Amino acid sequence: MITINYFLALSAILFSIGALGVLIRRNPIVIFMSVELMLNSANLAFVAFARAFSQAGGQIFVFFIMTVAAAEVAIGLALIVIIFRTKHSIDIDQMNTLKG
Amino acid sequence: MLLSEAANSPLANLVPWVVFFPLIGLLINMIFGGRLSEKAIGAIASLAAGLAFVVSVLQAVYLFGHPEGTVVPLFTWIHIGDLQIDWAFRVDTLSTTMMLVVSGVGTLIHIYAIGYMHEDVRIQGDPSRFRRFFVFMNLFILAMMILVTGDSYLMLFVGWEGVGLCSFLLIGFWYDKGKDGIGNAIAAKKAFVTNRIGDFGFLIAMFLLFWAFGNLDFETVFARVPEVAAASPAILLAITLFMLLGVAGKSAQIPLYVWLPDAMAGPTPVSALIHAATMVTAGVYLIARSYPLYSAAPQAQEWVALVGGVTALFAATIAVAQFDIKRVLAYSTISQLGFMVAAVGMGAFVAGMFHLVTHAFFKALLFLSAGSVIQGVEHGLHHVEHDIRLKKKLKNEGVYFSGHHYDPQDMRNMGGLRSRMKLTFVVYLIGAIALMGLPPLAGFWSKDEILLEAMKLNPTVYWLLTAAAFFTAFYMTRQVILVFFGKPRTTPAEYAQESPPIITAPLVALAALSVLGGALNLPYLHSFTTWLEHTIGGGHAAEAAVETAHSTAGAESWISSISWGGFNPIVALIATGLALVAIALGVSLYSRRYQDLQKLPFARRPDDPLRPILGPVFTLLHEKYKVDEMYAMILLDPYVRLSGWLAEVLDWRFWHDWFHDVVLAGSYNALSRVVSIRIDLGVIDGFANGLASGAQALAASLRKMQTGLVRNYALSVFLGIVLILGYLVLSVFVS
Repeated sequence: MITINYFLALSAILFSIGALGVLIRRNPIVIFMSVELMLNSANLAFVAFARAFSQAGGQIFVFFIMTVAAAEVAIGLALIVIIFRTKHSIDIDQMNTLKG
Repeated sequence: MLLSEAANSPLANLVPWVVFFPLIGLLINMIFGGRLSEKAIGAIASLAAGLAFVVSVLQAVYLFGHPEGTVVPLFTWIHIGDLQIDWAFRVDTLSTTMMLVVSGVGTLIHIYAIGYMHEDVRIQGDPSRFRRFFVFMNLFILAMMILVTGDSYLMLFVGWEGVGLCSFLLIGFWYDKGKDGIGNAIAAKKAFVTNRIGDFGFLIAMFLLFWAFGNLDFETVFARVPEVAAASPAILLAITLFMLLGVAGKSAQIPLYVWLPDAMAGPTPVSALIHAATMVTAGVYLIARSYPLYSAAPQAQEWVALVGGVTALFAATIAVAQFDIKRVLAYSTISQLGFMVAAVGMGAFVAGMFHLVTHAFFKALLFLSAGSVIQGVEHGLHHVEHDIRLKKKLKNEGVYFSGHHYDPQDMRNMGGLRSRMKLTFVVYLIGAIALMGLPPLAGFWSKDEILLEAMKLNPTVYWLLTAAAFFTAFYMTRQVILVFFGKPRTTPAEYAQESPPIITAPLVALAALSVLGGALNLPYLHSFTTWLEHTIGGGHAAEAAVETAHSTAGAESWISSISWGGFNPIVALIATGLALVAIALGVSLYSRRYQDLQKLPFARRPDDPLRPILGPVFTLLHEKYKVDEMYAMILLDPYVRLSGWLAEVLDWRFWHDWFHDVVLAGSYNALSRVVSIRIDLGVIDGFANGLASGAQALAASLRKMQTGLVRNYALSVFLGIVLILGYLVLSVFVS
């Protein structure tokens, strides 16, 4: 029997991989992908809890998150395109105009 | 008090009008005078003085019924704490005597001045000042009336200063004339300043009076005299002596007499009214009014009598050697004032007042006659200057000058006026004889009374006064002969003309008074003594006291014991005999010897027969003992030098250059430099700048956190979340 703990452990692993990706990768597209990974790990945890506690609320939340993620990716990609047009590079470390 | 009684006496209630009439007169002349003719101006002024005289006569009428007098309050003046002084008029026999003299002689002089000033303003070349003269004259009458009617020392002082002001204004009436164009102004200033010195004494006396007596009105002060005299005689002595200083200033006594001869710079009616008949006698009046004070301070009386006696003799000797007709009379006035002051000083208040009255008559007469003489000679000069032949003659003649002009006041330029100005000669002779003190003219009776009292009360003063009387007779003989007898010594004197009736009429009136004035207080009758005794009641008691003190004086006592009803034949004989000797001496010197001297050429002949006889003494007398020079040396020059030093060194160099510029400005600059550089720039700006740079340094260190690396920010967010979550999880576990 596959218990909820497996799902949660997978969710945690996925989240950690995502967070690590956000922190160490320099390519914004990869960072976005990592963010997606973190969101989806959360989704996994929601779905797991919803099934374990037999409540629909978690599953509804997942739909919200997926919507937000879609919007986020749309805006993020648009930003990346604009940045690339002005700087001819999408290296995250060179986006340091706000350096104090 | 007597106030309720005053309400019932309509005559006494008129007394303020002695002040109001001159006030109205002067206001009319001041406001409308520009459109009035000279005659109208003179008439208004004379009428104002005349109406004041009428009111004075009414007061005298009232006093015959109520000889004890009364006080007429006009309005409240000063009420401060205990000090209560009202503007009140005192009607008693003493003040009414003064009122009658001031307004009576004053009216005659006003009338005279109409004629005199008509000429004078034309001779001096400014007819527009005619009106001003009469305004000043009425102002003088006003001030003098306040002086004599005042019921308190303070009100008296108001009048005292008022007449001083008028004196100043009228001495300097021709302020743009005289030596170097400022001679008259300097004379006026001298009179004013000298009088201020006297006023200083009077003021101190008043302060002491208020301090010792608590009030300044006569009744309160006099009522408390015995009390104060017993408690602190020193204060009483100080009061009376300081008052004497005031008297010396106003009445031209040693040492403050020097202003009066110079005061002759004023027009002649002024000399007659202010500087002979009335204002200068204010000091005598003051002492007579303060008789309770002086009676209680015998030491002060000694001093007053001595000052008067010495002044009388001193001035009489100077008068012997003067050539200016008015100057002789001026020194004569000082001398006669000395007689009065000596009299009131000895306690012979009635005799002093009596001499004051008669002197007012004959000295006003003499001055006015002298004015008539001067204008007569001026007319002669005018005549000469319009005749080429005579003008040439005058040029080659020996004449005496004042400045660069023929001097119409110099007696050496006169002579022989007897036949040319007959009326003036007669009245002048009457005045001169009255002044010499020959019976039966006014001067004899009053002077004799003073001498008699002096013999009883103060032998030293008696001899001083007798000697002065001798000189008086001598210099008057000299003057009369020099002016009127012999042949005219210059052409203008030859063509001198008699003055018009408006000038001679007052002269005749005054001459009549000079002849008859003695009748006021004849021996046996003593009407004037009885009259004044209602006011100066204590006077005789004091005299008696002094008399007993002096009765041991020896040789004199037997003389004074021969006395028939207040008349001592020996005193009268000595005085008259000396006067006759002096007259004989004068006649022989000036009638005989001077006529002989006239034969010598002008350059070689002495200007006065006394000069070769007395030699340097005459020069000394002519130069007035060099008192003015002495004052200049002892007082004025050091004073001027002191002022110069104070101005240059103390004020300018020390005070301005050093104290203000160096000390005040320097230290202020140094202080503001410290404040601006050290405190403002250093502390205040330093604080603000430090705050700013501190914030900057903090910001500089904080900005390092803003790396601009997105992943750093992400890491921060991540760590933050880990921290918060860790905290929450731990807190769940711990609880």
